[in-house]
Amino acid sequence: MDLFDLLLEPLSYDFMVRAIVTTALAAIVCAVLSCWLVLIGWSLMGDAVSHAVLPGVVLAYIVGAPFALGALVFALIAVTLIGVVRNTSRVKEDAAIGIVFTSLFALGLVLISVTPSQTDLNHIIFGNLLGVSIPDLIQVLVLGVVAFAILILKRRDLTLYAFDPTHAHAIGLSPKRLGALLLGLLALTSVVALQTVGVVLVVAMLIIPGATAYLLTDRFSRMLVIAPVISALCSIAGIYLSYYLDTASGAMVVLTQGAIFAVVYLFSPRQGLIGTRLAKARRKKAVALAA
Amino acid sequence: MSTPAILVENVTVHYGEVLALDAASLTLDTARICGLIGMNGSGKSTLFKVIMGMIKPDAGRVLINGESPAKARKEGGIGYVPQSEDVDWQFPLSVRDVVMMGRYGHQGFTRRPSKADRAAVDLALDRVELSEFANRQIGQLSGGQKKRAFVARGIAQGATMMLLDEPFAGVDKRSEATITRLLRELASDGCTILISTHDLHALPQLCDEAVLLMRKVLMHGPPELVLQPENLATAFGLDVLNRDLPDGDLPDGDASDAALQDAATDRDLTNQQGRN
Repeated sequence: MDLFDLLLEPLSYDFMVRAIVTTALAAIVCAVLSCWLVLIGWSLMGDAVSHAVLPGVVLAYIVGAPFALGALVFALIAVTLIGVVRNTSRVKEDAAIGIVFTSLFALGLVLISVTPSQTDLNHIIFGNLLGVSIPDLIQVLVLGVVAFAILILKRRDLTLYAFDPTHAHAIGLSPKRLGALLLGLLALTSVVALQTVGVVLVVAMLIIPGATAYLLTDRFSRMLVIAPVISALCSIAGIYLSYYLDTASGAMVVLTQGAIFAVVYLFSPRQGLIGTRLAKARRKKAVALAA
Repeated sequence: MSTPAILVENVTVHYGEVLALDAASLTLDTARICGLIGMNGSGKSTLFKVIMGMIKPDAGRVLINGESPAKARKEGGIGYVPQSEDVDWQFPLSVRDVVMMGRYGHQGFTRRPSKADRAAVDLALDRVELSEFANRQIGQLSGGQKKRAFVARGIAQGATMMLLDEPFAGVDKRSEATITRLLRELASDGCTILISTHDLHALPQLCDEAVLLMRKVLMHGPPELVLQPENLATAFGLDVLNRDLPDGDLPDGDASDAALQDAATDRDLTNQQGRN
């Protein structure tokens, strides 16, 4: 069997095609958002929001409302609660985040345990890549495209917010509104990614691609290209690997992203642990040869 | 009489129980450079925030060119140069990207830069002599160049007023002179400039006037007068009468002595330079 067959064989199954399309979509949207999250230092917030949406999704399932709506409501509740606990007690922000998101996540788990159709909802926690249905795919597509479009259209404002919110305020923009927009998009994106890798692993897709791209370039505009490209390739590679190794697909996607991050961390010519040393040694050698 | 560029009238601000500004008043005319002096906790940053409208005062009012701060912000008149420690210097933006952010108020929904925007950015970079560094990552500039990049952002913005927070921290003498000259040029073009600084020796060359702040405006006048040691003593908390200063705001004795000595020595130096 040659490489071509290796790549084509899984595609003969419809569920694999759906899995690949859905994951790549989610990976791209998450990766674009992750560029801002890692620069603002909102990784923990990404973790929190992606977990805290669980009860919202379950409640939406129970009443038959769109998942995204329930997720948005609970993302808002989570962010508000975190702010309240942080501002009105001596508890610091990281602790406030930890308390709020784990409690809401637990609430979600409790709701799942008392909801009759348990199997469907358990997929939200660990993802169900191979079981993506056509309606799931359409939902991911619609939400993903909306989130992606807003992120790209407002990218310059969001970058300004991340870099210098005081200047944003000084020129008459509202940092509060921009922050709220980013949080809203975070909630929306979490829902997109829930379908594929599940609540527990969404945060990986919301952090790793941005962090990887950040190690590769000094230009934000390039990060916005590098992150989604790496993320999409990793997720597709992850699915293939899970197919041939017969492993959990969502986890394999995240593992691939983590592996690529490790490679970049070590070998990036600008920032890499080994890469910078290699570059230095090459320069030394060149100098020695010239002399 | 013309409308003052900045009018701060009896502004009081509390953070919870803590009194940050106590009926502070300040009037600054157009095209003047004013140095704001005070120790940490004296309300310098709070005053900046009030002028920019980031904090609503509990009492009093602020007018920028006779208008509300909100209106002044919308018109793009207020430029801000942040303190070094408030900036993420690793942020993946080029010098040009940062200066372009000055143009966002002039741009449409997606902030897509027009030809006019690019021209304004080029002009501003040229003015602060950073054209050759335009494509460098912002953190890869020297201390003085970093400051100039942010001043360029204000120029590109078309700001008629600039607020600079500690512009001389981490800046070498030569860059300091360059920045001083640049700010003087901007002022002669009609820009009003308010600078908060610990760097007392730079004040006489740079500023038209100086303000001593200790939650209220203790003194406002020519820099030479405001920098008199006895006046500084009041502002830096070395008050012989031991008035009620809240805990934490008091520097320890050594620090204030050093500040005073610095101020005195620097003043001597300035005088000598003046005579030479």
